[in-house]
Amino acid sequence: MKERLEQLKQEALQKVETADSIQGLKDIRVEYLGKKGPITEVLRGMGKLSKEERPVIGQLANDVRENIADAIEAKQTGLEDEALEKQLEEESIDVTLPARPVKVGGPHLLTSIVEEIEDLFIGMGFEIKEGPEVETDYYNFEALNLPKGHPARDMQDSFYVTEELLMRTHTSPVQARTMGARNGAEPVKMICPGKVYRRDTDDATHSHQFTQIEGLLVDKHVRMSDLKGVLNAFAKQMFGAEREIRLRPSFFPFTEPSVEMDISCKVCGGKGCSVCKGTGWIEILGGGMVHPNVLEMAGYDSSEYSGFAFGMGPERIAMLKYGVDDIRHFYTNDIRFLEQYHKA
Amino acid sequence: MLVSLNWLNDYIDVSAYSPEELAEIITKTGIEVESVEPVAEGVTGVVVGHVTSCVQHPNADKLNLCQVDVGEETLQIVCGAPNVAEGQKVAVAVPGAVLPGNFKIKKTKLRGEASNGMICSLQELGVDEKDVPKEYAEGIFVFPEDTEIGADAVSELNLDDLIIELGLTPNRSDAMSMAGVAYEVAAAIDGTYTLAEENVETIDEKAEDMLTVQVDDPDANPYYGAFVIKDVQVGPSPLWMRNRLTAAGIRPINNVVDITNYVLMEYGQPLHAFDYDRFGSQTILTRRAEDGEKIVTLDDQERTLNSQHLVITNGEKPHAIAGVMGGAESEVQEDTTTIILEAAYFAPSVVREASKDHGLRSESSSRFEKGVDPNRVERAGKRACELLQKYAGGRVLEGNASFDQLDRSEKQVTVRTSVINDRLGTEISNEEMADIFRRLQFVYSLDGEQFDVTIPTRRGDITIFEDMLEEVARIYGYDNLPYTLPEGESQAGGLTVNQQLKRRVKAYFEGAGLHETITYSLTHKEKAVMLVSPEVEEAAESPVGLAMPMSEDHAYLRLSILPELLESLSYNVARRQENLAYYEVGTVFISDEQEVTKQPSEMLRASGALTGDWTSHLWQQEKKAVDFFVVKGIVEGLGDQLGLSFTYEKAKLPSMHPGRTAVIRHEGRIIGFAGQVHPKLQKEFGLKETYVFDLNLEELFRSYEKEETFRVIPRHPSVSRDIALVVDEDVSAGAIEATISEAGAPLVKDVQVFDVYQGEHLEAGKKSLAFRLLYLDPLRTLKDQEVEEAHEQILTAVKDKHEAELRG
Repeated sequence: MKERLEQLKQEALQKVETADSIQGLKDIRVEYLGKKGPITEVLRGMGKLSKEERPVIGQLANDVRENIADAIEAKQTGLEDEALEKQLEEESIDVTLPARPVKVGGPHLLTSIVEEIEDLFIGMGFEIKEGPEVETDYYNFEALNLPKGHPARDMQDSFYVTEELLMRTHTSPVQARTMGARNGAEPVKMICPGKVYRRDTDDATHSHQFTQIEGLLVDKHVRMSDLKGVLNAFAKQMFGAEREIRLRPSFFPFTEPSVEMDISCKVCGGKGCSVCKGTGWIEILGGGMVHPNVLEMAGYDSSEYSGFAFGMGPERIAMLKYGVDDIRHFYTNDIRFLEQYHKA
Repeated sequence: MLVSLNWLNDYIDVSAYSPEELAEIITKTGIEVESVEPVAEGVTGVVVGHVTSCVQHPNADKLNLCQVDVGEETLQIVCGAPNVAEGQKVAVAVPGAVLPGNFKIKKTKLRGEASNGMICSLQELGVDEKDVPKEYAEGIFVFPEDTEIGADAVSELNLDDLIIELGLTPNRSDAMSMAGVAYEVAAAIDGTYTLAEENVETIDEKAEDMLTVQVDDPDANPYYGAFVIKDVQVGPSPLWMRNRLTAAGIRPINNVVDITNYVLMEYGQPLHAFDYDRFGSQTILTRRAEDGEKIVTLDDQERTLNSQHLVITNGEKPHAIAGVMGGAESEVQEDTTTIILEAAYFAPSVVREASKDHGLRSESSSRFEKGVDPNRVERAGKRACELLQKYAGGRVLEGNASFDQLDRSEKQVTVRTSVINDRLGTEISNEEMADIFRRLQFVYSLDGEQFDVTIPTRRGDITIFEDMLEEVARIYGYDNLPYTLPEGESQAGGLTVNQQLKRRVKAYFEGAGLHETITYSLTHKEKAVMLVSPEVEEAAESPVGLAMPMSEDHAYLRLSILPELLESLSYNVARRQENLAYYEVGTVFISDEQEVTKQPSEMLRASGALTGDWTSHLWQQEKKAVDFFVVKGIVEGLGDQLGLSFTYEKAKLPSMHPGRTAVIRHEGRIIGFAGQVHPKLQKEFGLKETYVFDLNLEELFRSYEKEETFRVIPRHPSVSRDIALVVDEDVSAGAIEATISEAGAPLVKDVQVFDVYQGEHLEAGKKSLAFRLLYLDPLRTLKDQEVEEAHEQILTAVKDKHEAELRG
């Protein structure tokens, strides 16, 4: 019986070895391990064996069974892998064909710049304030130390709706409104972005509608050095730590002293080139210490409170930062322009 | 303001600085230097020559053959200038000379005759056409007779000078003069300068005996001084003066006019010279003009005046518009011998008004408008007398006829060192402060740390403490201020909820495939009221317009963003960019008044416009144009973002496709619309099928509620059931859906249309709608019977409401 089992084992393993399909293996399983198979038969004949032989042969028969089953299993796994591999080979694709496009839009360049500036100042504890685009003459001019007949009103010819209403010429009225709402007592720390309008004929450098973003800080003991520190922090983050800044005296009716801020020219690094008109510097924003008349009109005691304000034009910043050569690009919405700056 | 460096150097020694250094210093202390440019660039080898003979060229009618002594030699030069003549001193570019544009002069032959150089016009030497005196405009320049032969013509003509252009802010009118600039530069570089005293020799006659001055309106004209100069010989002014005027951008005319202009530039005080004999009386009366009164001005224009304008009259008729322009009748001419020289103070507003009304902005008016130095008015008159005496042979009468109510007092401003330091963030000492005032030439008295500073009248811009703060800061140097951060109580910065939502909405649209645009708020009247959402359409009857628009295209405030968005699509399509998906978040302007008197309300809206392909994957033959459901999907997605659900209702809206437009409601209120633009309007914009949406963001933001609770995640499976219903074709899917949701509540959690059919298998006028219903109880597993009961209820409800039959 021992020999018989050994023989069966050899025979079965031989067949498994040469099997070339899953079905073939199934047949082998049925043939050798099935209920009517030869090993079962051997086991059935065990009754004729002696007590001593029975466990030995039984053990052997089980081992043979297991050996054959393992061989079938191993072969089957091999064959399945082979089949899968073949199938996957057939499923292969040309990965260089174009993708199914995912529609992705993006923000307007001006929005990116405004939000970047907003976020920089939010980080410094500023809040964002908004106000009406159709403004009263009072808030647009008078509350900002520009009484009727003031020569500086010439500087910004305006679109009037009625004698008392106009398209705001700057976002400063939002500052006047915010200050006014604090009853002359609480500090103000705000940024106001928005659309503004001036009587200009649209061309490469002028637009009757454009964007401004202004900032204001009013509190007790605000110093001009604070303005310098805040603007320096802003400029380094916005334009890069390697850029130098300089403040120089200027004039605005709503600030005294007034400043203009230049940053060192990116193109020439300050040596002077055509971009900076040979000066090495590029003007980036205006500001100053809030004029006492403005503080007083908003209800603050200017001997107790002081403040600083500044303002800049996102279009100008975009034109400097990205080299946009015509301000009209911001408003014609050419898709080729819009897409260019989605990563801005 | 154009500043000649040579001229400035005459007043204050700036030779220790390179022009670039000087420009930097001036800019940093307060006046922006816009440019530094040479008068003429790249001219070498031009000398003064003496034309010893000048005969016609043997072979050319219009050319002359000149022998020119240039000192070391005599050159034969062929010259085509009509004004060349024997005896002239001229500018000669000798062989080897270089003219602007790197034009090199060589020996040559012209029509057979040797020409060894070139006699130059001013233009050829690089002088701007507008600065060339009229008599030399068409020919060569002729030097005064006493000019040295062989001298360097470049320096004789001041062409080696540099011009510093200052960009003056409106407050710094004190620097609208060479004297003012010299004071400023002196303070900046810590140099010394004071305006020199005038030195006039007068004759033994009195101006008062020849003239009287009367002023009608002392507020408008607080000072009027009239000097009289006899025996003037009108002719060219000296070359140096002409050079300086040219450098300042003023064209030389004759000695009398040039002298008034020279003093204007030197002192910043406009002057005017009348011909005494043509003035027509011995009385000068300044008064307001009469309405409709006329005057012919120096530019030969007849101008009509009104009572806003101040005029200088001879008692009867006007001879000048005060501070703006003189009259033609009493203009100084070649035969003029006696001059009335006006030195006056005219009120800024009066001059501004007149110069605006007549469209005349001159060197004079721009200075009067800003207010001239009251202490320099009379001095300027004296300075002009001095020069007329020296350079026009004039004899100056003693004194002047005048009217004088001018306030010449100097203002005082008090500053305390500690307050200055508190405001600047500095630690400036009393000594440093005193030094700053010394540099500015401000007189002060000091008591402890308190400076009582007397402000010279030339600095009319300084009136309050903060003005002094600026003076101290700029001389101390903005560069020297420390960098500090505000010390006040810290506050958390941040965005308001609505500002956050606005950003979220924008990010959503961009993620959904839309590009953000920014369009104009001011638009054409027609477009202002086009495609206006139904909830604000009433306001479209009275759009807000500008009082004085610059063009019809930007005359009215928009009530809808869409028309300008369509304009943007149109712009792109015209450039063959045909697949577009745009959105804009912005304000529209709503007024409920027929005639605007108060601010319109400004409403935040979100609009989108899409045209062309929505999806396109060509090699898989997939391409889908934008349609209503794409736009609806975008709107629905926004609702999901904000946790709001919308209902849609077919509507006919102006300028929209009548069958493909829906108004959108939230909780019953209209919050916008979506649909296809009317084909007629599409055509007007040159667009193919275009779909739009327009939403009232303000209303949506009001309804937004932040999710602040936890809802249990269902642990039990849902059961789905399909039903197909046959209904009349005009019954909307939305209506049935609503009925199902209502009747199936609370177990029905979701209803989806998965098939719409109309055709041969159905009766005409009917359609079949198939829905997939999702039943769920989050807390337990549903029993079949419960679902069955709910399903029956639903079938009954749709039958009652919509006559819907279960499709067999």
